[in-house]
Amino acid sequence: MTVDMLMDWFATIGDFPILSFLLAVVISGVPLFLVMALNAMVAVYVERKVSAFMMDRIGPMGQGPGLHAGKWGLLQTAADAVKLLVKEDTIPETSDKLLFKMAPFIIFIGAFLGLAAVPFSSVLQVADFNVGVFYIIAVGSIGVIGIVMAGWASNNKWSLYGAMRSAAQIISYEIPAGLSIIIPIMMAGTMNLQEMIHFQEGNVWGILPNWIIFNNPFTFIAFFIFFISAVAETNRTPFDIPEAESELVAGWMTEYSGFRWAVFFLSEYANMLVVSGLAVAGFLGGWQSPIPGMFDTGAWGLFWFMSKLIFLIFVMMWFRWTFPRLRVDQLMHVCWKVFIPIAMFNIFGVGIWKLIFG
Amino acid sequence: MADIVFWIIVGITIGSAFMVVQSKSLLYSAYALLFTFVGVTGLYVFLWADFLAVVQVVVYVGGILVLIIFGIMLTNKITSVNISHSSMQKSAGAIVVVGFLAVLGYMVFNTPWIELANSEPASTAEPLGHLLMMDYLLPFEAASLLLLGALIGATTLSRKEN
Repeated sequence: MTVDMLMDWFATIGDFPILSFLLAVVISGVPLFLVMALNAMVAVYVERKVSAFMMDRIGPMGQGPGLHAGKWGLLQTAADAVKLLVKEDTIPETSDKLLFKMAPFIIFIGAFLGLAAVPFSSVLQVADFNVGVFYIIAVGSIGVIGIVMAGWASNNKWSLYGAMRSAAQIISYEIPAGLSIIIPIMMAGTMNLQEMIHFQEGNVWGILPNWIIFNNPFTFIAFFIFFISAVAETNRTPFDIPEAESELVAGWMTEYSGFRWAVFFLSEYANMLVVSGLAVAGFLGGWQSPIPGMFDTGAWGLFWFMSKLIFLIFVMMWFRWTFPRLRVDQLMHVCWKVFIPIAMFNIFGVGIWKLIFG
Repeated sequence: MADIVFWIIVGITIGSAFMVVQSKSLLYSAYALLFTFVGVTGLYVFLWADFLAVVQVVVYVGGILVLIIFGIMLTNKITSVNISHSSMQKSAGAIVVVGFLAVLGYMVFNTPWIELANSEPASTAEPLGHLLMMDYLLPFEAASLLLLGALIGATTLSRKEN
């Protein structure tokens, strides 16, 4: 269900180009926003519960109208959403008002644009680009500008330090992530996400599904480098020094409240969705079934893609509640002295592998 | 339809470029540059150059613009909001601009432009890769050596000897 398909379909009904363009954009854009909002709401609840179980607590239980009405605290997330929407929106007196208001929009655009290319199934994808993989990596960098903008406009030292750390971290980890995502591109010989997923059909090594992660030892390592770099790019623990509560209050989000802060939150969870989606499409076979030939028709594609996606997001939460935060120098050491050399060696190794066995 | 989108993109590009030049605050100029770069990306898309459009975002927005903003923030004390620049010698500047515009205009109207086929090419990245890795391998490698040299030079210069 791409925008192009919708526009072609509208063209068969009648000749009204402007209206059909607007309709096609709205029809594919609104569900995307709903996915984003729903994702954040569900993820917040799951994160609370996962963290609780990992700490041997029970997490939110009795939230809702009346005493203990909401079962398992399911209404907690609705209460969160209402709280965020009605919260007072404060803008610091000495802040740069224009940039302060603009920053959430730019961060949101970065996350939203990335989501547009995520292939949820063989037909459910808003924009099917020739350069899809590269596109997702590219629009991820728009968010950095928004973060720096938010940090500077807040006119607060915590915000500015947080923003600088965040930007340094994101642009550093883009390099190992980019070098690792080159490996699926090399294997499949395409940057189109759908073609890349089609490449991963069938079996390899006898029983394993032909996902790029299982293809050879180098791709196996590449997946882990990509995934860890992706976690770092989303600024999540253990890589959350940009918003380390114990030293920076809340980093670049310190001065934000209410709906603007909610937009940051929405974008953060959407970014998790985008990078996990790219990892699934690039390494874990996208919407292909884990048992080739079984359960791979129709809506099963969506089911498999979402299952893999949710599993990766769960792993991110697992990281958050089991690893301590890294120091700034450790963070940079891991990126520049460990990941980048391994990622470059991987590219070399996959090239040799393709020459010999491909 | 495409015309309307095209003119909107052109408007954003030129408008924000004007902001870059006119803004008194250096940081505002840098942020206005974001919209100029995104506008140019849109123009590439209109030329069916999808790969180039994405490269434009990666290199200019993700790389150069972030570097510019970093540069502004690192060279000033972080508490000083008073980062500004102003225009000088406007008349001399106007002469240079008009002259440059005349040269560019002459070039535009006298170049035998290649008409693009009005349909999407199958792939833009693949022929580009072939050209870079086959026909223009030597210039490509020379450029990367030059960049590597610049990188090492910058590191050496900025490093404080102990």
